[in-house]
Amino acid sequence: MNRNRARLLSIPYVIWVIGFTVIPIIFIIGRAVTDENGSLTAANLLAIFDPIHRKALYLSLALAFISTLICILLAFPVAVILRGSRFRKKSIILFVLILPMWMNFILRILAIQMLISNNGLINHVLEMASLPALRLINTPGAIVLGMVYDYLPYMMLPVLNSVLAIPEDVIEAAKDLGANRKEVLSRIILPLSLSGIGSGITMVFVPSMTEFVIANILGGGKLQLLGNVIEQEFTTSMNWNLGSGLSVTLMVFVLITSIIFGRSNESGTRAAGLPI
Amino acid sequence: MKRRIVSIICAMACLTSLLTGCGNGSAKSGDTLTIFNYSEYLEPEMLELFTQETGIEVKYEEATTPEELYTKYKSGGISYDLICTSDYMIKRLIDEEEAQPVNFGIMSNSSNIGQKYWTMARSFDPDNTYALPYFWGTVGLLYDKTRVNGTPDSWSVLFNGDYSGDIIMQDSMRDSFMITLKYLGYSINTTDENELREAAELLTAQKPDVQAYLVDEARDEIVAGNAAMAVVYSGEAFLGNLYNPDLAYVIPKEGSEVWMDAWIVTKNCQNPDAAAKFLDFLCRKDVATANFEYIYYSTPNEAVIKSMDNELKNDPAVVPPDSCLENCEVCTQTDEATTELISELWKEIKAQ
Repeated sequence: MNRNRARLLSIPYVIWVIGFTVIPIIFIIGRAVTDENGSLTAANLLAIFDPIHRKALYLSLALAFISTLICILLAFPVAVILRGSRFRKKSIILFVLILPMWMNFILRILAIQMLISNNGLINHVLEMASLPALRLINTPGAIVLGMVYDYLPYMMLPVLNSVLAIPEDVIEAAKDLGANRKEVLSRIILPLSLSGIGSGITMVFVPSMTEFVIANILGGGKLQLLGNVIEQEFTTSMNWNLGSGLSVTLMVFVLITSIIFGRSNESGTRAAGLPI
Repeated sequence: MKRRIVSIICAMACLTSLLTGCGNGSAKSGDTLTIFNYSEYLEPEMLELFTQETGIEVKYEEATTPEELYTKYKSGGISYDLICTSDYMIKRLIDEEEAQPVNFGIMSNSSNIGQKYWTMARSFDPDNTYALPYFWGTVGLLYDKTRVNGTPDSWSVLFNGDYSGDIIMQDSMRDSFMITLKYLGYSINTTDENELREAAELLTAQKPDVQAYLVDEARDEIVAGNAAMAVVYSGEAFLGNLYNPDLAYVIPKEGSEVWMDAWIVTKNCQNPDAAAKFLDFLCRKDVATANFEYIYYSTPNEAVIKSMDNELKNDPAVVPPDSCLENCEVCTQTDEATTELISELWKEIKAQ
């Protein structure tokens, strides 16, 4: 009886998911497999093979991949260093990591725009040092910078959690058995933090891949990600069917990412012989 | 298991009652008007004033683009009484018989709208039977006088490479195509595929010279000195000039796009008298002035223009002189195949 009553508490969430996740996805899929007259067609789903859309997809995947890689390269060493340091006040570390997220992410992107624009702060400083001005904004690099800036906390938190959670005994044991520092890092800490890196990858790669706002602001509309194509189809071209078809294709990629990294989480933890 | 089914049924029931609840609420309108407008396109205090004066309740809904407005209207979720949208979208709604005729003659304030604006509105409403002009403006060049030699009074400055890397274009397929068509000497309402492809080729060739394609940020970038010139709407140019006095606005000599936003009463409006009262209210001098000072686009209300100070009256971004408008056209292109072609070409340009 008690368990049943506890289940009732999930009703608000069930309503939420049905209303804001399940029904919209059904609508999107419905539009994706039909044309404007409502008859069935596969054209919208196959539209991803159109050269323009394919190019946008490649660019989205490439930028998301680079951003995710940079996030890992930034987050993992910091996590290892924090683990080794005496300063173990986790609440303060967490506070510092979450601090940037207190500000709206569009505002943060606009702030980056101010920094790197042609007449922006960085170029002013260069000018004062009599160095040539740099063209930073409206490049793929600017978009990657924006994505890393926005999504780094989502990588940092799970990676830090998993690195800090490794029991000291395991590392002591490895050292007793003759592992040097390098081996401890590559054969103990890295495999044991794979689950954190895996969820970090999902949480950074997926939003980067579907991004279009950052590309609009920092890319100056000169670079077209798949998210931008979808946005155009929905807002100005009024071709909701094509927009939905491309969205569904993008969802497939999201699904693939989740499956791959969901698996590596489990196997990573299992390989280390720890309870999941 | 049974519990789970029950809870799902409960959830569905809640949801459907929620959805149908919305629909019923707005359908029954005694003395209420449901008004659909662009966002930030009406001084909010004016709505309160209208209710105070007439006792008619106003439900106010907003959208950001003509396409969004059209889709929301057509989906029928809410039944709107009055809609404010742009030239080509009004033509489309009139063509689809979504508007009902309004007798502007009996309104006491409609004569404030100048004759030339009624004439302009004929491009989308041939007999002036449906649409009441609200605001209008032009598309032109906002430029930084300190970085541009002379007046860039031809669109050629955007295409000849002189200002490579210093140009900001509108991130809008319609506006980008229209200025290019004008530069090539074609009509902005062309449906000729060759002319459109020629414009697309020019835009593709221009892309390396373009610093960015922006919408709302275009003005700010010029104000901040990040670029030398931008294609902007006249209202944006007026505001840009307030922030940075080195900026000026010009309508190139090849002509440009004139846009006009106007109000229509929908065919489903149950209370045309109340709708007419609202339109009349909008034409009243004090109300039109308040709206003008809220939006700063060009107003078709001559009573308002007359009361402006000379500096405003002579600003081409606020009151474009007739000479500039000679080669300008109103966008009335609603052909679906053409829209699809432009959309396809624009994607190709952006993917380069």
